Amino acid sequence: QVIDCFLCYRTASVTCAPSLGPKVNVFSSVLPSEVDMSSPLMYGTPSSRVEGTPRSGVGGTPARQRPDLGSIRKAPQVDLHSEPPSADGAVASEQALGQKLVIWGTDVNVGTCKEKFQRFLQRFIDPTSNEDENAGLDLNEPLYMQKLEEISVVGEPVLNVNCSHVQSFDADLYRQLISYPQEVIPTFDMAVNELFFERFPDSILEHQIQVRPYNALKTRNMRSLNPEDIDQMITISGMVIRTSQLIPEMQEAFFQCQVCAFSTRVEVDRGRIAEPAVCRNCNTTHSLALIHNRSAFSDKQMIKVQESPDDMPAGQTPHTTIVYAHNDLVDKVQPGDRINITGIYRAVPMRENPRQSNVKSVYKTHIDVIHFRKTDEKRLHGLDEDSDQKLFTEERVQILKELASKPDVYDRLSSALAPSIYEHEDIKKGILLQLFGGTRKDFSQTGRGNFRAEVNILLCGDPGTSKSQLLQYVFNLVPRGQYTSGKGSSAVGLTAYVMKDPETKQLVLQTGALVLSDNGICCIDEFDKMSDSTRSVLHEVMEQQTLSIAKAGIICQLNARTSVLAAANPVESQWNPKKTTIENIQLPHTLLSRFDLIFLMLDPQDEAYDRRLAHHLVALYYQSEEQIEEEFLDMAVLKDYIAYARTYINPRLNEEASQALIEAYVDMRKIGSGRGMVSAYPRQLESLIRLAEAHAKVRFSDKVETIDVEEAKRLQREALKQSATDPRTGFVDISILTTGMSATARKRKEEVAQALKKMIQSKGKTPAMKYQQLFDDLRGQSEAAITKDMFEEALRALADEDYLTVTGKTVRLL
Amino acid sequence: MPSSHDWINKPLGVVEAMFAQSNSNPEWEAKVLEYFKGQLKEKESHSWVPSLNDVPLHYLKPNSLVKFRCLVQDMFDPEFYMGVYETVDPSTKANVLRCGKYKDVTECGVDLNSRNTVTAERQTFYCVPIPGESPWAKEISFLSAARVVPSTSYVPSRQKRSYEEDDDDMDTQPQKQREPHTETPQIQPHGNGDSKRQETEAPSSQTTTPSDCSSHLDLNFPLPGERGPACLVKVYEGLDSFKLNDTLEIYGILSVNPVLTVLGEENMETPEEQRAHDPPASLVPRLHMLYARPLQHNNPLLPSAPTEDQSAFVSSFLVEMASVRAELLAYLTHVLLGDGLAAEYLLLHLISDVYTRRDVLPLGKFTLNLSGCPLNSYTERLYQIVQQLVPCSYRLSMSLHTMNSMRLVPKKDYVANRLVSGALQLARNTSLFLDETQLEQGQLDSSGVRNITALGNLISWQKVDYDFSYHQMEFPCNINVLVTSEGRSLLPSDCQVPLQPQVTPPNMEEYLTTIHMAQFTSQINKFRVYLSLARTLDYSISDEVTKAVEDDFVDMRKDDPQSVTAEDLHRMLVVARLLSLSLGQTTLSRDGWMRAKHIDMLRRSRTEQQKSLNGNEP
Repeated sequence: QVIDCFLCYRTASVTCAPSLGPKVNVFSSVLPSEVDMSSPLMYGTPSSRVEGTPRSGVGGTPARQRPDLGSIRKAPQVDLHSEPPSADGAVASEQALGQKLVIWGTDVNVGTCKEKFQRFLQRFIDPTSNEDENAGLDLNEPLYMQKLEEISVVGEPVLNVNCSHVQSFDADLYRQLISYPQEVIPTFDMAVNELFFERFPDSILEHQIQVRPYNALKTRNMRSLNPEDIDQMITISGMVIRTSQLIPEMQEAFFQCQVCAFSTRVEVDRGRIAEPAVCRNCNTTHSLALIHNRSAFSDKQMIKVQESPDDMPAGQTPHTTIVYAHNDLVDKVQPGDRINITGIYRAVPMRENPRQSNVKSVYKTHIDVIHFRKTDEKRLHGLDEDSDQKLFTEERVQILKELASKPDVYDRLSSALAPSIYEHEDIKKGILLQLFGGTRKDFSQTGRGNFRAEVNILLCGDPGTSKSQLLQYVFNLVPRGQYTSGKGSSAVGLTAYVMKDPETKQLVLQTGALVLSDNGICCIDEFDKMSDSTRSVLHEVMEQQTLSIAKAGIICQLNARTSVLAAANPVESQWNPKKTTIENIQLPHTLLSRFDLIFLMLDPQDEAYDRRLAHHLVALYYQSEEQIEEEFLDMAVLKDYIAYARTYINPRLNEEASQALIEAYVDMRKIGSGRGMVSAYPRQLESLIRLAEAHAKVRFSDKVETIDVEEAKRLQREALKQSATDPRTGFVDISILTTGMSATARKRKEEVAQALKKMIQSKGKTPAMKYQQLFDDLRGQSEAAITKDMFEEALRALADEDYLTVTGKTVRLL
Repeated sequence: MPSSHDWINKPLGVVEAMFAQSNSNPEWEAKVLEYFKGQLKEKESHSWVPSLNDVPLHYLKPNSLVKFRCLVQDMFDPEFYMGVYETVDPSTKANVLRCGKYKDVTECGVDLNSRNTVTAERQTFYCVPIPGESPWAKEISFLSAARVVPSTSYVPSRQKRSYEEDDDDMDTQPQKQREPHTETPQIQPHGNGDSKRQETEAPSSQTTTPSDCSSHLDLNFPLPGERGPACLVKVYEGLDSFKLNDTLEIYGILSVNPVLTVLGEENMETPEEQRAHDPPASLVPRLHMLYARPLQHNNPLLPSAPTEDQSAFVSSFLVEMASVRAELLAYLTHVLLGDGLAAEYLLLHLISDVYTRRDVLPLGKFTLNLSGCPLNSYTERLYQIVQQLVPCSYRLSMSLHTMNSMRLVPKKDYVANRLVSGALQLARNTSLFLDETQLEQGQLDSSGVRNITALGNLISWQKVDYDFSYHQMEFPCNINVLVTSEGRSLLPSDCQVPLQPQVTPPNMEEYLTTIHMAQFTSQINKFRVYLSLARTLDYSISDEVTKAVEDDFVDMRKDDPQSVTAEDLHRMLVVARLLSLSLGQTTLSRDGWMRAKHIDMLRRSRTEQQKSLNGNEP
């Protein structure tokens, strides 16, 4: 009977004419409340899955579990300890025997397990949940009951269950789930369906609800898979490198007797179908023929997954694992996706060939996937959960917290940064704050969109001041770092390009360095050598943190929430202290103003510095590994520290800090206003906030306090002192960076133009003048030296005023 | 002898006996390893074990203990195998437990459902002979192995023959490259087609036949034109201690069961993948590792293990060091056309070594750029001389075509699921000879640019970014790069020395050949030992000298801050280190520092000169 139930679905699915009738019927049959339905058969249906029959005949996607069960399960394991609650007549005995009954080879009691899971579904509340799946749910109500409600509305019969929830609710149940997934998950299904149809008896679903656990804590890393994990539920992370075509896998063969047309069905058993030799009806031998289009198939896809580069030991090659996806999980992932897979780890021995006396003693291993979770999908949706869900052990967290509680943690960390590079304390501090980043704020509701939380830093200075080395270090430190050189990169390499896949002829979007370093740091060396068109793409990235692409029919906006750490050399081989930063590196000021901190790395050329530098370098060469380690923090600790802070610490401004920020900003504006120039823009305030937040993160503090603001102010001042000092006046002038010209220079320009105008006016009505003559006159008249450039600028200014025009060597008044 | 050498001839018997004794006590595994390690420790015993490098595969007995000197080229995924399985003994009809370790196949009739089955894990490494191993190193290690009678069916009378084969190896290399089908033209054929070569041509064409056959199956050697057995090494213990590109001497059980190839079956693997992971055992034998020794160097003239032997050897050689150095310097001076300074720098370069890394900074690298090299095959001859001195080397002729077409960076082939090797996948301390004199004007395509970038990264950071298509992975390396160029090289370098020939021999070929011929083999051998040994010495700087160096630096900066930068100090510290080591001194003395400063001054004044010369030219 069970099989019949199943058959009617199978036939339906094969003939592509699913009839609603039987389904509804069967669904309701699961309802325990209906007296009629509490027949042994109905209980038998779900629990019979345990035996290896396809999951539910209720019209679900029975094959999801089947390939696993059918191909690997060894017969003896399937037997139940005492009377099996499978097939007909099981219910009575099950109820009678109560708790004593367990599935053979396990300690799972179907009844208890089901009860426990139902209790879990009904009661589990996670008020602190911040998963994106739970957005919009009331966190103080039972989580999974809300999800069931969602299913009844949306009609997608899949219930994803976070294993860590199960664990916190009932550790024993969790253990069973991990250890015996292929017994426990069907039980869960049963439980969920009972519960669901009890609450929503009128719901019509495509098939029975399937429970898909994810986030099993058992295994995180592909490398740590070992023989003990076989047949257990595991979660690993990795990157899809290859997907196969869809493979139709026969679940059940349909045979028909050629003589009497009697038909029979044979299920797949360990990947094989045993062809019946004799027709049961007419007893003819070898009369049965396989009818393909009445056999049942399920979709299957092979996916190769490679270890993600982050959790690999250095110097080894990444491992790969074969994953089989079934039914609706087919084609859910593409090569290049980073995913978390939850599934059952399988090992299949090599099949024996009767013609050979030897077999390879190797098992083929794969994972039958239950749940996919794309880790970068979240990025595309812009929902904020740090995707690098790094797990920290208790001890590790303890160490990190201890470190954080030290008063000098900021200095410690900054000196641990690139210890081989000498001094440049403030630059290291700036980079440290960049590594931590500000707090991400979302104002999209109020129309302002995202505020940038990433800190951008530009290093400029003499060649050979270990800028590249610093960049290399940072690139090696952060998990999502990208390193490019301005010389070698094109706009395409930085952003994204569209490629035609040679096999599928499909257009594929290939992402470049900036997108790849989303949530990380993009290190750009030789920033000044970059072509203008390449640089122009940075404008959008560095403020809006997105990248818009309109190419070959693909129009999209990608997130590129990356911090930029760039290094630029002066145009002349040496930094010219008499010139402004802009003049020295010849970068457009629109771009420069997007950097929070601009540092100069100059050779200070004084004796004390030289001595310390020499000492540092010599020490570098002769100190042993241990000595160095004593002195500095381990790079691994630093890495973890940053990762922890980035994931768990989200500081907010407190009252005093906001006051301090306001004051700081007002002060900055005041400085300039006295001399008639603007010395701060809202951008400076924003970056001040970012820096203060980052500094609070360094302290593992949830509040931004005054000390954070103080340090942010100090650092910004230092950076400005270096990069925005007007060489002519010695004052810090922010407009050098924001407009590319210092206020004094602009004033001077105006003065010259006025002087010129006056001079021309004093000459009376002369419609045309010689260019050279005018220049000489002006030079003679003015006390300050006037260069040809200045003269030309003045002319241009007057031309803009429509006062005169310059044609060749003559100047005409209008 | 056979009885005493059962552990070589029938190691599986030893393993099985130990397994039988153990009564499934898992400790037996450790005991087995202990036993073989103990056997190999005995004096000379490791030379009893035949080597895959020297003995042709078909002379080796299957399931015997062999050794293999190799580089780990690729690491495959771990595999699960039946560590212990239950089967029915055909004679007694009783159930017996069998051990599956160190074996590729099991007898049939395995009870798959037995509770006694133990699943265990092992990993396969794809190993190739050390790339660029100099012919002399192969030859010597072969001869020393031949001294003791190998316990194989490999009859000594055949040795001569095989020796020739090996010898031919180096000679046939250029021959093979002359053939049009080789994908990447590199080293030009040796110019001196002397009579000896003519002679060997006939036999060589015969001996290369098998390798030509195997070339249909890409054995994935890092360097083009390499030969030798590749091997799938099954590793059981200490998986984490091995790294890609490690050089190892592996002792293991040879498995060439032809069944392995037949046992292919229908599965999800692509044909490419199957070919890469399950090549015919006759071409790529399997080796079940019992013991592996990491090699610090592959110089057969030096004791390889850090035993008492070695320290005695080192201390005895230290006495000679200064004199050998002088001789070597004289020799190199001749080779470099009488330029003593360049010879000095070349010597320092040859013993340089990345001895440690400070975060991203590799310390101790010393890339030398010899500019002003005469054209017309001088560089090629220079390479041959370098090749005679170092155990591992490769000459990359940087012609436009090579740069555009050659694969330098290893790339992951996801279809075959293996790491396709590139010319930069080299063992530590390999001398990479970049011949920029071959570069002509023209267009570099994108792969050419990538190759040049890879070379630049290699020189500056001593790392190669392997291409994993979706991401890159950084592998640190330790390669001595020597760039020969006409003008200043386009690649970065730690130190540029313009060559100033003192003599201009009318016939360069003849000149160099004479110099080379004038050296006795014993002399050359001394140089070889010297170069390998100097690299392994420890080195330190005393506080006193540190102070002096610091003072010196400050003084130099006082005079002219522009001319001396931190980078110069970096370089001078390396030069001082190498200079001391080259004299066998393990600490830096004030004298050593002054000398280092002095030769650096000489070199700098020479580059300045060159600059001003060039400045006048256009």
